[in-house]
Amino acid sequence: MMSADAPTILPLELNAVSLTLGDKRLIKDISCTLEAPQITIIIGPNGAGKSLLLRLCHGLLQPSAGAIDWRGAAGRNPSPHQAMVFQRPVLLRRSVQANIDFALSLRKVPRRRRRALIEEALTRAGLKRFAKSSARLLSFGEQQRLALARSWALRPQVLFLDEPTASIDPAATHVIEEVILAMREEGTKIIMSTHDLGQARRLADEVLFLHRGRLKEKSDAAAFFAAPKNDLAQAFLRGELLWWQRRELTPP
Amino acid sequence: MRFIFPRALLLAIGLLAILAVPAARADEPFIIVASTSSTQNSGLFDHILPLFHEASGIEVRVLAIGTGQAVRLAQNGDADILFVHHKPSEEKFVADGFGVRRYAVMYNEFVIVGPAADPAGIAGMTGAAEALARIAEREAPFVSRGDDSGTHKRELALWRAAGVDIAASSGSWYREAGSGMGATLNIAAAMAAYALADSGTWLNFHNRQGLEALLGGDPILFNPYGVILVDKDKHPHVKSALGQRFIDWLISPEGQAAIDSFTIGGERAFTADAPADIVAPGQKQSE
Amino acid sequence: MTDFGAAISTAFALVANLDSDLSEVVALSLQVSLSAVLIASIIGLPVGAALALFRFPGRTFLVIVLNAFMGLPPVVIGLIVYLLLSRAGPFGVLGLLFTPTAMIIAQVLLITPLIAALARQVMETLWLEYEEQLRSLGSTPLRSLGVLLRDGRYSLVTAVLAGFGRAIAEVGAVMIVGGNIDHVTRVMTTSIALEVSKGNLALALGLGIILVILSVLVNGLVYVLRGIHRQGVTP
Repeated sequence: MMSADAPTILPLELNAVSLTLGDKRLIKDISCTLEAPQITIIIGPNGAGKSLLLRLCHGLLQPSAGAIDWRGAAGRNPSPHQAMVFQRPVLLRRSVQANIDFALSLRKVPRRRRRALIEEALTRAGLKRFAKSSARLLSFGEQQRLALARSWALRPQVLFLDEPTASIDPAATHVIEEVILAMREEGTKIIMSTHDLGQARRLADEVLFLHRGRLKEKSDAAAFFAAPKNDLAQAFLRGELLWWQRRELTPP
Repeated sequence: MRFIFPRALLLAIGLLAILAVPAARADEPFIIVASTSSTQNSGLFDHILPLFHEASGIEVRVLAIGTGQAVRLAQNGDADILFVHHKPSEEKFVADGFGVRRYAVMYNEFVIVGPAADPAGIAGMTGAAEALARIAEREAPFVSRGDDSGTHKRELALWRAAGVDIAASSGSWYREAGSGMGATLNIAAAMAAYALADSGTWLNFHNRQGLEALLGGDPILFNPYGVILVDKDKHPHVKSALGQRFIDWLISPEGQAAIDSFTIGGERAFTADAPADIVAPGQKQSE
Repeated sequence: MTDFGAAISTAFALVANLDSDLSEVVALSLQVSLSAVLIASIIGLPVGAALALFRFPGRTFLVIVLNAFMGLPPVVIGLIVYLLLSRAGPFGVLGLLFTPTAMIIAQVLLITPLIAALARQVMETLWLEYEEQLRSLGSTPLRSLGVLLRDGRYSLVTAVLAGFGRAIAEVGAVMIVGGNIDHVTRVMTTSIALEVSKGNLALALGLGIILVILSVLVNGLVYVLRGIHRQGVTP
């Protein structure tokens, strides 16, 4: 749980991080530092490694080489200060409010405080009237809103989102973006992947551009969308298919 | 907190399991008798055990299995009493120190049953060994227990007496069922085959189809039953006092009369033959 | 076949008269098999879930053994339990042979692998879906185990029912360790075997029909309970 003067786990520092699964190198030699409290958006074509990078940062995957460190004062034990929303919402087979209650209980939030947190999160996500419904009976968009509400109730310092609006309708997308912006206002660091450039423009403070497992560019959002330095990123913004490869820029 | 279904299910199962417990039986003394299927399947025990229970208050729990299995079970100490029909095994059981003493209780006889058409033509013959020799000669189908039971052992002895090397024919016209008496008769009925049966099981057997008893009365078919108390020295937990009371009752005039009074379809199934002059040690004490 | 007609009328006559011997046998069958299912579920469901959750050396071997044990003949289980409980065996002093307790032990051994193996399959599918989310939320392995068991409950019921079906229907194990003693360890299946050996085929088949009806009733009851509960989730 976060309060104004709680020690932070940020910044997050990646040092020459690589990930090899089987005989495939999927993340190649990524180094960067992510600071509070901006919204960092990871963009890039499908297969660029966006989801893997998020999972590495969140600790769901261990890098094959390199190091991922939380450099903040509370960085020794970062897990309780993070949360993640996945592309396909994973909800337990119980009521909407019980889903949030379960997450809070895992973070050892006392029972008496959970009620208010649950109510606030559900109100924010527009799900209050479904509180007692079975979570699995919600529509896909509602389920994703619940997954986000669950993360929000945890008041994480860092929230990872893996293409949270990839397969939901604009109305639900709008609610989700609203919640994301509200969370940033409250000081949560957002790290999110998307391949929706419009969404990236709407939300991003900072952009990471990934291509074939490599970090090609890390820029301020305004600067990136005005004129990306990387020529692949330029092509991506123009809407070109990045099937081509410049041999001189991709060492073996 | 919502009610959790598996917990509810397990609870329901538990409740049912408890509710399904039959009304608690009075904590009566009981003994375990390892016996053969013939005594049980004929209905003899259903007839005499209630009489013994009335007289003694002792419950008798019967295991109806083959003689071979019953002997092994008693040797392991898993029964208090052995009540079977293969005298050589019984005498060995006592000689090996597993049993206290063998008491003769009753007898009946074995019969050769077969299809009414009688392809080997044994009906009317008087010698069982000759009849089996005829069956072997004609290679008429014959179903054997093949389960090391008292009946099986007797059947093998009969084949030897007939001078037939039966092991050589196994699988052709000679079929080893490896089953109890009833199951063997079911097979014989279905195959229209000959078989050796104890008269008790045969009389109470309902699925005869075309089977008939074709040969009996030969002294070689005499089938004596003996009862033995398992020796406390070998197995200290054996309930020898209760067990001896059962044996005493079986060979007493009441027990003998009870055995004689058991009939199937008007025919006496077993003939009591405990020597009248025998006085069991337990009887002396109780008087 | 005249036997079928006779069997059906025998079955009806048995039920209509509610013969006290019959109700005793039915009650004992249910008591033994339901107790066995209860114990086997308490052991088998967590074991199945744990096999789905944890990766440890020898796990694959354990899964293969479990799957193989699903098909173990009841007679073999009966024999093993007999050897264990015999006076000559290691647990002979307990004097459990030829009691309903021995039958429950045999059936527990018989169906625990079945329930565990089926539970593992269900749990593995569910774990595939839940793993990342639960790890992200910081769930401990033990807590995850509980969540899997709870959320897989409807599928697990099927595993439990399969166990019950195998227990109530088997004859080999209870015959050996129970001894088919009248009024003590005689259950539906051993009664049927006994009537077959007496050549009372119609009576045996009649008892078989009652056994089937019993099994259908238990399954139906669970189905109804499940339906009621499912409706209860949504307000």
